[in-house]
Amino acid sequence: MTSPTLSIERLTIDLPAGADRQFAVHKCSYQILKGEILCVVGESGSGKSMTANALMGLLPSGVKVGAGRAMFGGKDILRLSEGDQRAMRGDRVAMIFQEPMTALNPLMRIGDQIAEVFAAHKRHSPAQRRARALELITEVGLPDPAKIIRAYPFQLSGGQRQRAMIAMALALEPELLIADEPTTALDVTTQAQILKLILDLRDRRGMAVMFITHDFGVVEEIADRVIVMRHGQIVEAGTAADVLQDPQHDYTKALLNAIPSGHVPQSAPVTNAPALQIKSLNKVYRTGGGFMKPPREVRAIDDISLTIAKGEVLGLVGESGSGKSTLGRAVVRLVTPDSGQILVGGTDMAALNDADLRAARHKVQMVFQDPYASLNPRHKIMRALTDGPIAKGVSKADAQARARELMEIVGLGAEAVDRFPHEFSGGQRQRIGIARALAMDPELIIADEAVSALDVSIQAQVLNLLRDLRARMNLSILFITHDLRVAAQLCDRIAVMQKGKLVEIGQTSEVFLRPQHGYTQKLLAAVPGGDWGKTG
Amino acid sequence: MAILGPILGRLLKAAITLLAIAILNFFLIHAAPGDPAAVIAGEAGAADEQMIADLRAQFGLDQPFYVQLARYVGNVVTLDLGYSFRQGAPVLDLILDRLPATLLLTLTAFGISLVGGIAMGVAASARVGKIGDSLLTGFALLFYATPLYWAALMAVLVFSVNLGWLPGFGYETVGANYTGLTRMWDILSHLVLPASTLGLFFMAVYMRMTRASMLEVGQQDFVKTARAKGLADPIIRRRHILRNALLPVVTLAGLQAGQLVGGAVLTETVFAWPGIGRLMFESLAARDYNTILGVFLVSAAMVIVFNIITDIVYRLIDPRIGHKA
Repeated sequence: MTSPTLSIERLTIDLPAGADRQFAVHKCSYQILKGEILCVVGESGSGKSMTANALMGLLPSGVKVGAGRAMFGGKDILRLSEGDQRAMRGDRVAMIFQEPMTALNPLMRIGDQIAEVFAAHKRHSPAQRRARALELITEVGLPDPAKIIRAYPFQLSGGQRQRAMIAMALALEPELLIADEPTTALDVTTQAQILKLILDLRDRRGMAVMFITHDFGVVEEIADRVIVMRHGQIVEAGTAADVLQDPQHDYTKALLNAIPSGHVPQSAPVTNAPALQIKSLNKVYRTGGGFMKPPREVRAIDDISLTIAKGEVLGLVGESGSGKSTLGRAVVRLVTPDSGQILVGGTDMAALNDADLRAARHKVQMVFQDPYASLNPRHKIMRALTDGPIAKGVSKADAQARARELMEIVGLGAEAVDRFPHEFSGGQRQRIGIARALAMDPELIIADEAVSALDVSIQAQVLNLLRDLRARMNLSILFITHDLRVAAQLCDRIAVMQKGKLVEIGQTSEVFLRPQHGYTQKLLAAVPGGDWGKTG
Repeated sequence: MAILGPILGRLLKAAITLLAIAILNFFLIHAAPGDPAAVIAGEAGAADEQMIADLRAQFGLDQPFYVQLARYVGNVVTLDLGYSFRQGAPVLDLILDRLPATLLLTLTAFGISLVGGIAMGVAASARVGKIGDSLLTGFALLFYATPLYWAALMAVLVFSVNLGWLPGFGYETVGANYTGLTRMWDILSHLVLPASTLGLFFMAVYMRMTRASMLEVGQQDFVKTARAKGLADPIIRRRHILRNALLPVVTLAGLQAGQLVGGAVLTETVFAWPGIGRLMFESLAARDYNTILGVFLVSAAMVIVFNIITDIVYRLIDPRIGHKA
């Protein structure tokens, strides 16, 4: 039996006084063996990232290790001096983060940021550092290494930046790699590539990996062993197969059940009159260009036609940059298309002038991705729900009565209208977002990644709400998402977009079980834990 | 180099802007009550109709409007800014005579404020919430709140009148006829008081801005990445935080740099510094239009030049600029 690379014993991390609980992590014990990938799973606030930060000596101010040990290389790394801890960071323990877009210094070349790791630990001459950086860039599979080494972060895509981060983390061949949600911000196909890269590197180098994630699909893909955390405590631990197939704790079961499963609903064909008709819609973005060079053109919407029937939910699926959000914004006319028609209940939204547009705006309402940013923090919920209807001409008393009614409908209770947004959790705020959209009696609701920022169990509740509302109120919804599992749960039909083009559209079951287009097949294959989802 | 293309474009725009300013100048002359001939005749003290007509012919004021405009613009393009009858010298000579003194004063003050301000800001941000931070922030607030002319007068009173350490006015010791190093030393000793009074205010501004910007950048993700690499704090601060934190400071410095020629009127007046600011002040008092307009044009040209320099600096610091896709 191999000895553990890291052994955490009864670790307790204290939160500052006044936090919503006393401990970020409470009496947690686990081990990571050499060459093993341990997934730490939990929802936001479960304390899963705090352990990683504690190991790195990067706890936020006010948060302190209360008790317990973390034995690594024969020493308790929680009790090292600041200098020893710094010497260990980046050398024997390395870490990669969730947000590749912001985790790199925007003003430094990629090569310099990698070479800096060697400089920090006084290894190699400058020339050797550069040569090693080039090797690492090649090893993590970045294209054209000679060019990447001189590139700045803004010249790389999200997936490429995450590869660069991994190159940095691997520079000194750490014994332990801590990955904090490293694929959460990435598209599915990119996520699949990064997961494969981490697996390959683990096999090649035999390092231990502590992989923090909220996504059981990723767990299925990558984990040897799993621990599930809730409110700072471990509720379940075991091998990946055991935990996924035969969860013991109710919380794990709830989490697993909450995941949109691969079971595809058989949707009835929709024959109602159309709520939305899009005809040959085009939008081209031109950027740059000057004097000598031609402008760069991006076809965000490339000759798209589609219809949403009354009472239908159409899922619009694609990766970042596919144009799916631009299409959604065009329907509300936040973006004015170059050509084509957008017919909502007979009105061509694309052709309206400013005054008519204002009058017609209520027909289409949006629910946004970020429930924190989409409500004015200084307005009470009542105001958020009544501003629109009052502007539309509804009397104040009627609008307020309707607001109370809607809050009941979305399950928050009528009294909640007198509270401020900060008094609600993320999932509750998204319910408010939905109530706000409904307050305008729209003919069509556009939900742009409306559940993407939510934890899985909350996600399931909001999806249930949408399903329920749709049945009760005969809503038509354009549901934009990057998450195929979510789309499968809610939508009658699925439209797949790639680079501004509509590559496939059809019944959800058809698209999932018999995808016609190569890109759709690729997307489906990239979904983490795809096999397990279908059988489990 | 990729940097040259946009700079050429900027130079072209700068030339057009300057031309527009010259034309605006021309209209300003004509908007003044009476034409220049009447002003000059009035200044001369004795004038009859014939003399004014002669003057008009001499200056081409009897020509059609567009001919005058073309001639004025032509003059400006050939660097002929007219003649100051008050001072009895061409305006260009007057300005070139004063420009070095002003630039010496303002550039020194600019350097002091920028270097001092950034250094203090970095030092304060590294000790945030501790006594050192409070002291530095307190000093900055004091400099920031003190009116420039009061600080200048107090500086003269303390260091020149009472302590006798430094000369309180002028550019160099009159009549001493120093040469070489001694002269340089003499000018430098005259420079200390005006340059530091002028620099203090902006030093406080830069200090506050640098401190705030450092603290903000320090919260960003890539700083955590740098710490995860095992870099030492001073290196993280210099290489990762400071460079990113400098961007807003550069913007502000660019704005201040535009004031380098025209912004020192008060200081030059208090310290009797023979620079552009005093030239402008004297010309205003004497209604010396040609000189005022000349100073106006040169100041405008300087603003444009420093704007271009700021642009270049910005591009050097931030690779993203000019690449935005």
